[in-house]
Amino acid sequence: MPQPSLIQFQNVAKVYHMGDVEVHALRGVTLAIEQGEFTAIMGASGSGKSTLMNIVGLLDRPTGGAYLLEGEPVSTLSTERLAEVRNRTIGFVFQSFNLLSRTSALENVELPLLYAGIGSAERRRRATASLERVDLGSRADHHPNQMSGGQQQRVAIARALVTEPRVILADEPTGNLDSRTSVEVMKLFQELGNGGITVVLVTHEPDIAQYASRVIHMRDGRVLSDERQEPKIAVVPPWTQGDEEDPP
Amino acid sequence: MNPLQTLRVALRALTRNKMRSFLTTLGVVIGVSAVIAMVAIGDGAKARVEATFAAMGSNMLIVLPGTSTAGGAMGGFGSMPTLTWDDLQAIQTEIPTVRAAAAQLRTNAQVMSEEQNWGTQVFGTSPEYFQIRTWPVAMGSLLTQGDVDSGNKVAVIGQTVADKLFGQNSNPVGQSLRIKSIPFTVVGVLDKKGQSQWGQDYDDIVIVPVTTFQQKIKGGLKNFIEGSVAVSATSADSTSRAESQIRALLRDRHRLPLGADDDFSIRNLSEIASAQQEGTRTLTTLLAAIAAVSLLVGGIGIMNIMLVSVTERTREIGLRMAVGAKPADIRLQFLVEALALAVTGGLIGVALGVFGAWRLATSFGWEVLYRPDVIAIAVGFSGLVGVVFGLYPAHKASRLDPITALRFE
Repeated sequence: MPQPSLIQFQNVAKVYHMGDVEVHALRGVTLAIEQGEFTAIMGASGSGKSTLMNIVGLLDRPTGGAYLLEGEPVSTLSTERLAEVRNRTIGFVFQSFNLLSRTSALENVELPLLYAGIGSAERRRRATASLERVDLGSRADHHPNQMSGGQQQRVAIARALVTEPRVILADEPTGNLDSRTSVEVMKLFQELGNGGITVVLVTHEPDIAQYASRVIHMRDGRVLSDERQEPKIAVVPPWTQGDEEDPP
Repeated sequence: MNPLQTLRVALRALTRNKMRSFLTTLGVVIGVSAVIAMVAIGDGAKARVEATFAAMGSNMLIVLPGTSTAGGAMGGFGSMPTLTWDDLQAIQTEIPTVRAAAAQLRTNAQVMSEEQNWGTQVFGTSPEYFQIRTWPVAMGSLLTQGDVDSGNKVAVIGQTVADKLFGQNSNPVGQSLRIKSIPFTVVGVLDKKGQSQWGQDYDDIVIVPVTTFQQKIKGGLKNFIEGSVAVSATSADSTSRAESQIRALLRDRHRLPLGADDDFSIRNLSEIASAQQEGTRTLTTLLAAIAAVSLLVGGIGIMNIMLVSVTERTREIGLRMAVGAKPADIRLQFLVEALALAVTGGLIGVALGVFGAWRLATSFGWEVLYRPDVIAIAVGFSGLVGVVFGLYPAHKASRLDPITALRFE
């Protein structure tokens, strides 16, 4: 028996009711994402890509079809169970970082472990390791407002990685970053993919999508195209004048 | 998350906005400190009333003779002697609720020692009197039945008289004083009793045996008591029973027909005392109620700030949910924040209330009584306020949809 796909959508539909109007955000999406794939989802706003992400991330439930995560149907789980699965299996990276202000990088990274019920010594150890993985081991006690945008996004990635999830969901992670730091983040995602972590990225920038190994285009709640490609290798250019980040 | 972690997260959130947290707790601080201060002061005032009545005597009744009518002018209570020594005897022996009874005859007189003289009141009474007034000696001894029987010229003096006639810190026992030029030997100095609530000095007194009083100081009618009778009931509960039994006994002995007015009157001091205590209690309750209202207002302040906080931290709530917080975790976190605000306010309020009551009491010269139960109730109530007023904001936070919360600007 073949290993089931990590993420499996079977004719998934999502209908919102806004007053009397029905909004079809997803009109039957069927796709499968395998472990270690680096998938970019593209599409104009209103194409359904955000809804797709929310359903993949267990923040939303489909109104039709089935969603299987690690082979298990998850659409019918209770809110509490969803929170547990989310905590264990999925890491989120957002466009606006969503770090807690006036809270150190280390404590921000520890946050998901807090809800996993892990003791403070173990939390500290794992959060430190996760920060080192994104090359921010030395900034553990810095607060978000003492860090550049690129550094903040790397803290957010460390936070997503700290529970050792199988899937990282990144919603426009480079939207607030300059091109150089964007490449840094893409490089990090490619490394994660090589390490067996599945990365699903929502973006509207073709430049960013070319670092992925698979690109799915969405339009009007349907998959328009779904292509595998040879990813462009992310190479961080050397420091140039006017970069956002100060050279180390 | 375990409760300790929740508490730490809540405390961190509160310390992030110290000024706001402080101002929010202020309402509860004022409420709790007001409750504690009011009750402590009120209890102090009540204890003061109790102490003054205890100084008068325990479970005490006073029987006064009737009024005289001379040419249409009514003389007031006690102006005509209607109580006889036999009446006193009967009260002592025939009424079971009476513990002791003693005649008290009084006059004002100039009293002299070797060096000094002092105008004071002189009482003629029997040894039971000291028992009725619960008044022991500080030095020497009390009058004895033997002194009364043989009409000895001995006196027990109050602290004020001792100070005035013999000087501060002197020992007048064994020394002599003259009342109306008649020499008496001081056998004892009474304990200091202080002032009555009307400002009368209890210690400004000289007490001599009732027989000596009649023979040497103020002669009078042989069979009638020219003064009043002090009676002590067996217990606080039996004072009103003793009152009605004495009334019945005296009406019977004086052969008063049904419907005729009493030719004597009885004052029940414990009733006056309980009326006074009732008054202070009402005042205390009123003040505590006002203070409780301010505690309620403090609670509303907490709710207000918690609602603001939930709105402000919508994205944080969304993020926490995205990384695995369950609705119950979020609810508990905000509830604990509200609770921490309220209980911190409560504890500061206790400290402030205890201090404030002490300050007020010392400046007014009152006694303050701290009641642990009131302190516990005030802290508990402030916690309850935190839970009640934190519940709605916490519930609101836990019901947020993570997707919309994360997009909230």
